[in-house]
Amino acid sequence: MTPVSAEATTPRGPLQVEGEVFSIKRVGDYFHLTVVADGIAERARPGSFVALSVGGPISGALLRRAFSIYRVRPAGVYGGTVEIVFAAHGPGTTWMAQLSPHDPVNVVGPLGHPFAQPLEPVSCALVGGGYGSAPLFALAERLRERKCAVHMVLGAATESRLFGTLEAKRAAQSVTVTTVDGSVGIKGLVTDPLPALMTRNGIEVVYSCGPMGMLRAVTEVATAHGAWSQTAVEESMACGIGVCMTCVVPVVGDDNVTRMVRSCVDGPVFAGDRVRWDDIGTVPAGTHGAPRPGRPR
Amino acid sequence: MTRLRPEDVDLTTVLADAHLDNPVMTASGCAASGRELHQFFDVAELGAVVTKSIMRDPRSGRATPRMAETPSGMLNSIGLQGPGIDSFLATDLPWLLQRDARPIVSIAGGSLGEYAELARRVGNTPGVAAIEVNISCPNVENRGLVFACDPFQAARVLAVVRRDTPRGVPVFAKLSPDVTSIVEVAAAVMEAGADGLVLINTLLGLHIDPATLRPSLGGVTGGLSGPAVKPVALRAVWQATQALPSVPVIGVGGIRTGADALEFLAAGASAVQVGTAIFNDPGAPVRVIRELRQELAARGIAKVSEVVGRAHPSLHPPSP
Ligand SMILES: Cc1cc2nc3c(=O)[nH]c(=O)nc-3n(C[C@H](O)[C@H](O)[C@H](O)COP(=O)(O)OP(=O)(O)OC[C@H]3O[C@@H](n4cnc5c(N)ncnc54)[C@H](O)[C@@H]3O)c2cc1C
Ligand SMILES: Cc1cc2nc3c(=O)[nH]c(=O)nc-3n(C[C@H](O)[C@H](O)[C@H](O)COP(=O)(O)O)c2cc1C
Ligand code: FES
Repeated sequence: MTPVSAEATTPRGPLQVEGEVFSIKRVGDYFHLTVVADGIAERARPGSFVALSVGGPISGALLRRAFSIYRVRPAGVYGGTVEIVFAAHGPGTTWMAQLSPHDPVNVVGPLGHPFAQPLEPVSCALVGGGYGSAPLFALAERLRERKCAVHMVLGAATESRLFGTLEAKRAAQSVTVTTVDGSVGIKGLVTDPLPALMTRNGIEVVYSCGPMGMLRAVTEVATAHGAWSQTAVEESMACGIGVCMTCVVPVVGDDNVTRMVRSCVDGPVFAGDRVRWDDIGTVPAGTHGAPRPGRPR
Repeated sequence: MTRLRPEDVDLTTVLADAHLDNPVMTASGCAASGRELHQFFDVAELGAVVTKSIMRDPRSGRATPRMAETPSGMLNSIGLQGPGIDSFLATDLPWLLQRDARPIVSIAGGSLGEYAELARRVGNTPGVAAIEVNISCPNVENRGLVFACDPFQAARVLAVVRRDTPRGVPVFAKLSPDVTSIVEVAAAVMEAGADGLVLINTLLGLHIDPATLRPSLGGVTGGLSGPAVKPVALRAVWQATQALPSVPVIGVGGIRTGADALEFLAAGASAVQVGTAIFNDPGAPVRVIRELRQELAARGIAKVSEVVGRAHPSLHPPSP
């Protein structure tokens, strides 16, 4: 196993910033949004996320929407910017898709526990499903700075739901693309080419971001190859800052005890082999503080 | 009416034996134990930090999904996930006290014995400004019926908590609006020894997932909160203070702005709590303090206590 450490960071902690749309562009089925929001760039780490308010100042949609940070630029000639890639999914993201340059957007971030990075120059696979590839590019850059070999595997249902395949060619030694419908790349899932890629390149760490089912399957492959896995999960969040306890997933601790852990502060990135993927959506028996049989709660 | 400068408004608030710098607090369960919000503002600026309801034992809470967004609000079904009282007293409460915050500790139990034990342990910790008793919990000794829904059971809880809490530490009963007569429950808990009321907890609601046509939440039903419940909360505060004019009341439900807080004070609340609005704006509690100051100054009201209960014509006849 490779020893891994999160980077020491200064300055730290999230900010709340009244930002402004710099640009919004369509990319396949997604939107690439750049927001001028000072101070976030300096604090962001690969894998951290931002939470945006939606619907404007008199909106009845109170809860913020969470998005992985795709790219950041520290303040220069323009103010600092933060970029995200999103799918217009429900009412909040559909509203976001209508934003125009100069529109105000309120941003809280950066939030969450980022990807841990290896101390040694090892071979890494970065696996992204759909818009899940967005946070992997900044990670690839950091890993290359640490002299790690970077191999990317990007998958989606169809070509228009892939994000960043061209950019991946600059970011990684090798890029493998899969689509379920075979519209581009290998027909199938990201986990189809992954085992051979891992063997061929001696992969020691697998990073993944995408739907829960994909994270689970990627973790299985990584663990079977004796590799270390880092997964960025996506669980519904009400606050995004750790105060409400809505975003929990069952995670096994170093003491082998399962706890319902907040994915907004202790995640979104978890060691894949610690997450009880099959038990998400339940409180598994034996979880710390779970109701004991015969004792009504 | 002369306008005042906002900084000249006196926001100090007295709630039974608790003296607060201002009447704005966090709502239980919406601020954890203050640590996360301290990244956005100094928790010592608040009138008080009301901590997430703590139980005797560690508790995992309910299965996910635990929330659903609803028009101007949300449903939650957290199931009181928490570390248990030992861990709370060892880490969370000392952290708040070290930052000079004023902690109001919310306690929750499944039996009278559990409430009594929590009251003793919390009440005997120096620095606790007050105890808030969350009685919206199933009574394991009474077929799982929620204490708050029965005036008799609610009163029993408050009686044991008051009995086992040291004098000088006020005990507030937090009531559920899901009852036929909130005045009846309020009168019962006051009679049992409570020093004041917190109105209101969430309303029970349901969300259906349009894709599956099944309930969205892991816990099936959930508690409704946010601006959607504000009129219900205002009504509860108004009814309770109309019937029990001398009782200190803390108003909570849908407060997002200083103007919202002012409405609660006018309805009879002596202090307010900000909950769900924090999820939209982590700085909401301190913003509400600032805005409340401005609202009072603009109306020439020099002291927050002058506005408490203004909405009651019988208590405050309109000046000629
Ligand atoms: C850490 C994290 C990173 C994310 N990164 C991205 C990203 O880079 N690009 C992207 O397109 N999407 C991302 N998502 C998902 C994104 O947050 C949801 O698609 C979005 O919240 C949906 O909002 P809506 O108003 O369109 O949908 P609605 O269904 O109307 O949302 C209703 C409520 O449910 C919550 N919600 C609904 N779906 C999700 C979901 N999948 N995950 C979390 N909360 C949800 C919303 O926040 C909102 O509070 C991420 C989620 C998390 C937790
Ligand atoms: C996520 C969440 C968790 C809550 N947890 C508690 C709790 O532990 N104890 C309690 O007394 N009330 C709890 N509440 C209720 C709030 O304290 C408050 O009474 C209610 O949400 C109405 O106020 P609001 O509209 O400002 O949120 C919770 C509310 C929410 C949204
Ligand atoms: S979303 Fe509130 S604790 Fe994670």
